[in-house]
Amino acid sequence: MFFVLAVALFPLGVGPGPERLAELAPGVLWVLALLSTLLALDGLFRRDYDDGTLEQMVLHAQPLFAGVIAKIAAHWLVTGLPLVLLSPVAALMLNLPSEAFGTLMVTLLLGTPVLSVIGAVGAALTVNLKRGSLLLALIVLPLYVPVLILGSGAVAAVVDGVGASAQLAWMAALASLSITFAPFAAAMGLKVGLE
Amino acid sequence: MSSAMNVLKSWWHRLGSPRSFYGIAGRLAPWFLGVGVLGIVVGFAWGLAFAPQDYLQGNSFRIIYVHVPTAILAQSVYMMVGAAGLVLLVWRMKLADMFMVAVVPFGMSMTALALITGAIWGKPTWGTWWVWDARTTSMLVLLFLYFGLMALRQAIPREETAGRACALLAVVGTINIPIIKYSVDWWLTLHQPSTFKLTEAPSMPPEMYLPLLVSVLGFYALFGGLAFMRTANVILERERATQWVQATVRQHVQ
Repeated sequence: MFFVLAVALFPLGVGPGPERLAELAPGVLWVLALLSTLLALDGLFRRDYDDGTLEQMVLHAQPLFAGVIAKIAAHWLVTGLPLVLLSPVAALMLNLPSEAFGTLMVTLLLGTPVLSVIGAVGAALTVNLKRGSLLLALIVLPLYVPVLILGSGAVAAVVDGVGASAQLAWMAALASLSITFAPFAAAMGLKVGLE
Repeated sequence: MSSAMNVLKSWWHRLGSPRSFYGIAGRLAPWFLGVGVLGIVVGFAWGLAFAPQDYLQGNSFRIIYVHVPTAILAQSVYMMVGAAGLVLLVWRMKLADMFMVAVVPFGMSMTALALITGAIWGKPTWGTWWVWDARTTSMLVLLFLYFGLMALRQAIPREETAGRACALLAVVGTINIPIIKYSVDWWLTLHQPSTFKLTEAPSMPPEMYLPLLVSVLGFYALFGGLAFMRTANVILERERATQWVQATVRQHVQ
């Protein structure tokens, strides 16, 4: 919801000229996807921490990362996936050329899981801190730079009529790498934070 | 073979104990500091006063003797922090955490200095203070990574927890640095095809290159000395409950 709302704010800010909007669209959409993921991240472990579920998960015989993966997957289904599905609407509003819609959705589909798993590491490290959300942004945003560059780069490349297969391959590599390793790091972060 | 392993192991354990590291650091720090100051003075004097002018940039290129060493240190200190973080997570070596506490501020100030000197250099060379060039951008991201480390440590009240959290973040950051660097490089080639290129002569003549090398080595030695001193201070502060620290302090106070 934040995503669509913020997309609607952009034309009000920079003017409704279709060419300008189209030029800005790939970057704007990706930056907003980043920020809306970040907004939702703070709640990833917070509620479970408050009511003690998280400690039960840490103490449970089942390895912690399995629980963490489940949490992240659930989180992605309610924050990342809607973003992917809503992105054509947002792209329409920003006058992105229609041939780039597919690429936008594919990049978001590949990129938002990366944002979620990397963000989970930050959320795990800051879960028991009072003002964790600001710190979370500070920790996580620099790590999001590659995803932002590749994602908006891929969309912009398609708009310019150049193929985006290289960016997509890189994003797929990043996604598989981070989905493989980041849940372990997040589980470790939770253990550190709760000890 | 096994005896060599044993020697290595006992050396590792000895290095890892704060007490013996304190002794080693105290003996080595003055040497490193001396070499560092000497290297920086010689490198700067040689570079600023005696090296020839650049055929394109005139005298303004001379800031390279500050800019390049700080930039190199900024990156390698983060790598060292990441390595120390790994050591802390795997072997739970207290000393690694103390080292991290001691050097992160140094690395951060190096990054800031590299960005500032880069901006000062950019003004006469590129005509603007800031350019979204690949290197400046990745240095900026590095600065934010340092900020994150500092902020995370300050936010967690318990020392041990803070250390391990920072270690984890440093390891994740170290894995990400090459990815960030390559993606930023790539972003640049996509967006602006070499409008601004650092006018580096294809190969620097040795009169310009050697002072830079001396200056870089000087900065490294200075870093070594400061790292020893600051780590020793952190050891004193954290181990203040132990007898040897109290004895050492008493000895020095009287």
